[in-house]
Amino acid sequence: MIKEDRFLEKIADFCISKSKALGSTSSNVLVMNTISENVNIRNKKLDGSERSENLGVTLTTYIGKKKASISSTNLSENNLIELVTRCIDSTKVTPEDEYNSLPDQELHFKGEKNLELYDNTHLSNDEKINFIKEAEEVAFSHDKIVNTNGSGFSETKSNFILANSNGFSDGYKTSQFTAYCEVVSKSNGSMERDYEYSSKRHYKDLLTPKQIGESAAKLAISKLNPKKIESNKMGIVFDKRIAQNLLSTFASAISSNTISKGTTFLKDCLNKKIFNDQINIIDKANIKKANGSRYFDSEGVRIEDLQLVKNGILNDYLVETYSGKKINRKSNGRSSGTTNLYFENGDQSFDQLINSEKKLLYIKETIGRGANIITGDYSVGASGIMIENGKFTFPVSEITIAGNFNEMFKNIILADDLEFKYSTNSPTMLVNGITVGGK
Amino acid sequence: MSSFFKNTDLDLHKAEKIVSETLNKCDDGELYLEDTKSESIVLDDNKIKSSNYTKDSGYGFRAINGDVVAYSHSNEISEKSLRNSSKNLKSTLKNSEGTYNSEIKKTNQKFYNDLDPVDEKNLSDKIKILNDINEYSRSINRSVKQVTANFLGERKNVEILRSGGELLRDSRPLVRINVSVMVEKNGRKETGVYGVGGRQSYDEFLKNDDWKKICDEAYRIATTNLESKASPAGEMKVVLGPGWPAILIHEAVGHGLEGDFNRKKTSVFHDLVGKKVASDGVTIIDDGTIDKRRGSLNIDDEGTPTEKTVLIENGILKNFMQDRLNARLMNTKSTGNGRRESYKHIVMPRMRNTIMLNGNNTQDEMIKSVDKGIFAVSFGGGQVDITSGKFVFSCTEAYEIINGKIGSPIKGATLIGDGPSSLKEVLMVGNDMMLDPGIGTCGKAGQGVPVGVGQPSLLIDKMTVGGTQI
Repeated sequence: MIKEDRFLEKIADFCISKSKALGSTSSNVLVMNTISENVNIRNKKLDGSERSENLGVTLTTYIGKKKASISSTNLSENNLIELVTRCIDSTKVTPEDEYNSLPDQELHFKGEKNLELYDNTHLSNDEKINFIKEAEEVAFSHDKIVNTNGSGFSETKSNFILANSNGFSDGYKTSQFTAYCEVVSKSNGSMERDYEYSSKRHYKDLLTPKQIGESAAKLAISKLNPKKIESNKMGIVFDKRIAQNLLSTFASAISSNTISKGTTFLKDCLNKKIFNDQINIIDKANIKKANGSRYFDSEGVRIEDLQLVKNGILNDYLVETYSGKKINRKSNGRSSGTTNLYFENGDQSFDQLINSEKKLLYIKETIGRGANIITGDYSVGASGIMIENGKFTFPVSEITIAGNFNEMFKNIILADDLEFKYSTNSPTMLVNGITVGGK
Repeated sequence: MSSFFKNTDLDLHKAEKIVSETLNKCDDGELYLEDTKSESIVLDDNKIKSSNYTKDSGYGFRAINGDVVAYSHSNEISEKSLRNSSKNLKSTLKNSEGTYNSEIKKTNQKFYNDLDPVDEKNLSDKIKILNDINEYSRSINRSVKQVTANFLGERKNVEILRSGGELLRDSRPLVRINVSVMVEKNGRKETGVYGVGGRQSYDEFLKNDDWKKICDEAYRIATTNLESKASPAGEMKVVLGPGWPAILIHEAVGHGLEGDFNRKKTSVFHDLVGKKVASDGVTIIDDGTIDKRRGSLNIDDEGTPTEKTVLIENGILKNFMQDRLNARLMNTKSTGNGRRESYKHIVMPRMRNTIMLNGNNTQDEMIKSVDKGIFAVSFGGGQVDITSGKFVFSCTEAYEIINGKIGSPIKGATLIGDGPSSLKEVLMVGNDMMLDPGIGTCGKAGQGVPVGVGQPSLLIDKMTVGGTQI
């Protein structure tokens, strides 16, 4: 059973009062309990099951402007005393940093917690196995699906208390149900893999096993017998699961941490146009049941809705307390990063988008981490499908796509097919003028 | 005696009894106990940004029957917790009728000393050196605008208790020192990153002001990149420098030769043992036995002594890397490649130090033989799709080669290739084998483990370069 608030609060209180007794001027503590149960199957048979239970504490102590942290999974009183002592000792020898502090008290979250982030449903191992087995069965009903890389179902429940010496103490339970199916297709000596997955806070919101299996199979089959194409500059259509990565890169380039250090290609871009007029980017924390929703960030700060980009203009940064002070901005509750981050829908349908040029390359998978947020350079390995006159014609692989975000951002055109599948979401995206490296 | 049951209601005898009872009718399994302390000290933007100390201990209890693995882990080492896990394992493996394989090789081999990098040097000294690194790096040139440096240290004690009471143990130190420098000139910004590490004391890397070399190298890479021009795109000849570029080997063939993917027949290499998979002269080993290296282990995380495993010999595929489970199911022996990130993770076959051995050519010969191509000296990281065999890695320092001469530096580009065919396209193998500086972490199924790589210079006939210039 997941630990209740009272139990976690007791540990948090102990750490805070012990820190104070040993000489800290302020402190912050997180006590978290997570229980997770997974089953993995392969070729419709049980491959493994795993149960994990974690209970841990992370404590940060301050002495004036000095700061240090410890974390541990051993919560016996003796060990906690030893750790708090060690934390205080480390704090004493760490140099002062004028920006170190807890967040402003008036920014602490206070209020209702009604986002329905916890679903008490518990599935037995057999129920989990049956769910994901059905997905594999559906996938295997396609002739060209010959193997699996493994499929699985996991159920995770967490509870935590975050407390600080300024009187903040709050926490809440969350749950996450995840089902994935990864299959291998084979034909004429070509072997490919692809996957589908669904991950939701509420069990009932998951895609059905049939949807997952069907989609994984179709994706893996569509990649078979790929060709390599000539190097060229062309329009790239990014599938939603890839388009969201560009949005994540954008987010890391506008965090107060990178902005304050100047290690981002979007430094000095506030109130400047970085996308075309039609582009709007929102980060919204209070969507019911959504994967990215939360009440407060890892400092206990309430989370405002942000319109990060309005009509193409960079409107705001993602700010946390420490680096926010360096750029004279108050925290807007982003010390844990973005929440539900998304591009608003564009005004073209998917069909209009793929018909906008005679030849386009539809990218469904990228490989490698080729985004450099300092220079904005982008270069990754990729595979996908050629689009000719609006029709998907043949799979393409072993190519690279490369460009620079400064230019790519201005060329983004969005379809109107946004859905909230991940915590960061984008409609299908067209970007013209990207260099494809091929033959 | 085991130190894990101190201050608990368990002793070795009680724990052994639960383990033996649980694994009675299983083919394999063990109780893995781990106690880790680690620290991370980060200097960023002229300040000590964070100083974190972590102490984590727990167990992972595993039972295997046929090809089914049941695993239960917890950070509470107590009789109640262990009995709960036991119940859990038994309920997954309902009708287990296996015979426990108690065979495990013994060893006294030691490739690193039993030392504690976290506590043998005090925090103030480490903070002082980080501050020195910051000041020194900024003093190299006025173009240096930002410095990030960090120390990562760890000591991990591991005990493996098998059914029947056999107890195997290892104590593993690990350190890593990293410096990242951002330079700015005429409005253009570039970074250079360099690091060192291994299973030894920080002082091995810090003595005689050796840390200055780390800063100098990070600065050199950053400055080189300031002059870089857009990379060409398309297929061309590639010369790889010695050492760290061997992540090509790691991605192109290493992962594909891990036992699990081959037992499951999802690797492109699964039916190629005894076949030619690389050019003549290409020999690749996975070696867990090199002194003080990041990927070295006395025993793996199942208790098997590590060894030097020949993967490819003179172009012919010889062996896969195995843990106990996949070895048993493929009728062979574990090669000591069974590893896990921590007690919270299941064991998988993983690489240790993956190395291509020397050939006869010189790097000069390689460069001279290329009309148009690139010379890649350092990489940021790579990734592979085991099933299709396609792999990538991204250059952090590279140059164009024109008419047999090294030309301008080029911007970070991704290289993409096909695992099974790329090693057949090796035209020359150098005589300058080097190991990497000790910084690699390999990710697989969400688990990160420290690894090493090494290779001589290599000339590859064609790879696709992901630049912007056509």
